[in-house]
Amino acid sequence: MKTTDSNNVQNERVTPPFRSPVTPDEGELSENELWLNMGPQHPSTHGVLRVVLKMEGEIIREARPDVGYLHRGVEKLAENRTYSQFNILTDRNDYLASMLNNWAYCLSVEKLLGVRAPERAEYLRVIVGELNRIASHLVFIGTFGIDIGAFTPFLYAFGREREMVLDLFERLCGARLTYNYIRIGGVMADLPDGWGDQARSFIPHMRRCLKEYDDLLTYNPIFLDRTKGIGAIPKDKAVSYGLSGPNLRASGVSTDLRKDEPYGIYDRFQFKPAVGTTGDTWDRYFVRRLEIEESLNIVEQALNSLPEGDILAKGQRPTVRPPVGESYAQIEGARGWLGIYLVSDGTERPYRLHVRGPSFINLTILQEMLKGWKIADVVAILGSLDVVLGEVDR
Amino acid sequence: MGIITEKLPHVCEHVPGGGVFLTSVDYFINWTRQSSVWPLTFGLACCAIEMMSAYAARFDFDRFGVIPRPTPRQADLLIISGTVTKKMAPVIVKLHQQMPLPRFVISMGACSNCGGPYYDSYSVVKGVDKILPVDIYIPGCPPRPEALMNAVLELHKKIGKMSLADRVNP
Ligand code: SF4
Repeated sequence: MKTTDSNNVQNERVTPPFRSPVTPDEGELSENELWLNMGPQHPSTHGVLRVVLKMEGEIIREARPDVGYLHRGVEKLAENRTYSQFNILTDRNDYLASMLNNWAYCLSVEKLLGVRAPERAEYLRVIVGELNRIASHLVFIGTFGIDIGAFTPFLYAFGREREMVLDLFERLCGARLTYNYIRIGGVMADLPDGWGDQARSFIPHMRRCLKEYDDLLTYNPIFLDRTKGIGAIPKDKAVSYGLSGPNLRASGVSTDLRKDEPYGIYDRFQFKPAVGTTGDTWDRYFVRRLEIEESLNIVEQALNSLPEGDILAKGQRPTVRPPVGESYAQIEGARGWLGIYLVSDGTERPYRLHVRGPSFINLTILQEMLKGWKIADVVAILGSLDVVLGEVDR
Repeated sequence: MGIITEKLPHVCEHVPGGGVFLTSVDYFINWTRQSSVWPLTFGLACCAIEMMSAYAARFDFDRFGVIPRPTPRQADLLIISGTVTKKMAPVIVKLHQQMPLPRFVISMGACSNCGGPYYDSYSVVKGVDKILPVDIYIPGCPPRPEALMNAVLELHKKIGKMSLADRVNP
């Protein structure tokens, strides 16, 4: 059945028909209600999320998210990979912020080993981590604009500014998306010549562009109509659902691991976490837009105080054999608290690995949030949560 | 399109030197097909982000007539951009069947070629060619947007060799 001509083949069904637990049942409907299926192929679900909606006219009465369409089983695969080999799979969990994933994982392994990255490596981690956070939020601005119906921000944020960040990363480690730059005990390579200047010149450019986005999108009346007051999450509910990151801060809770439990060298930088007020869709957008500014400040400070020195801990080798034990390290990822839990049995492979993916936990509130809103608000609310399906399903 | 494919070979029998006539129709139809290869807006995993980069400002896929369509009924090309899991496989087959003929499939990235970094995972289909016929494979994890463009240019060449007369199963 293998052929390269796709037009003359009748496809066979290879997998038995699959009935998902959320598959709707006609019997549950009252008069005037209907089931509406959204996804897994839908341009606005940011990947392969499926949501089954019970509609009464235009109003949503019930929403049932169905995840798992991108379940790749990384936690199981970790048991067959050495510690260094697994680093490349962390890249692919949250593929919009690979550096931050590498970082969380390496911190956890370093905790097990009792190693600390050298000073210069810590600074490099902060620089690339914050730049990656900017790139990730730029994807959010671009795709959120498309969800609401504004195409131009996508071309600017995604196609212009984000590419500049990717250029920097490409010069640094050769990859555009999956970097594997932060390694156990340090980083992979030192900065190439002129990289610092290129990064410095990006900062004022990005600040200028944020003003441009404000004119284009942030205060655009149509955008405000579509997002202000829509899908608000009150403070207590945000906390009780375990939201984290920008989604939690938008509801007015000022928690940021970089401030509250500074890991690495975050206690040396001046910045203040962006906090929203009402927790509606616009706030969740605006918090991310403010965070870009804060990240730029951090990158600027880190570039200015970058010390000379080693980039890898002395004697650090690719094969590591941590002692028996367990460790948990968490960082402030682009989407919230990103934690990696590791259990070691003294061999060169982890005994058990668990990823606390912020996207997955942020998505749990969707069911509650969608109730009572109109069908057109679904993409706005879902887009504003900024989930990455690679991290939700893992 | 249906009228042309059904009627054309019949008409050509009656025209002296019909071969020449048929070739030029082929040329014309292939040219129109090549210039508007419309892919389905369908992203699976990390590779989808590089696919989006290709549509965005710097790489500007529109230059090749590639404009994403949100429904399979309007699409000619299915770009499998990412990991195909066992849960997703039936959905992909369905999407492929919903696309009108002629339809093409590009397998983008190591995952959809052979499973990639997840080659030993219990939930991943080891290559989309196990469930769909594939026209072009792009190596890379993820492939660069330029590689995707190259794949579409290769697809143009392939379309250029198509002929109405070979259609077995229209
Ligand atoms: S080939 Fe690599 S980049 Fe593409 S989907 Fe697979 S893991 Fe992600």
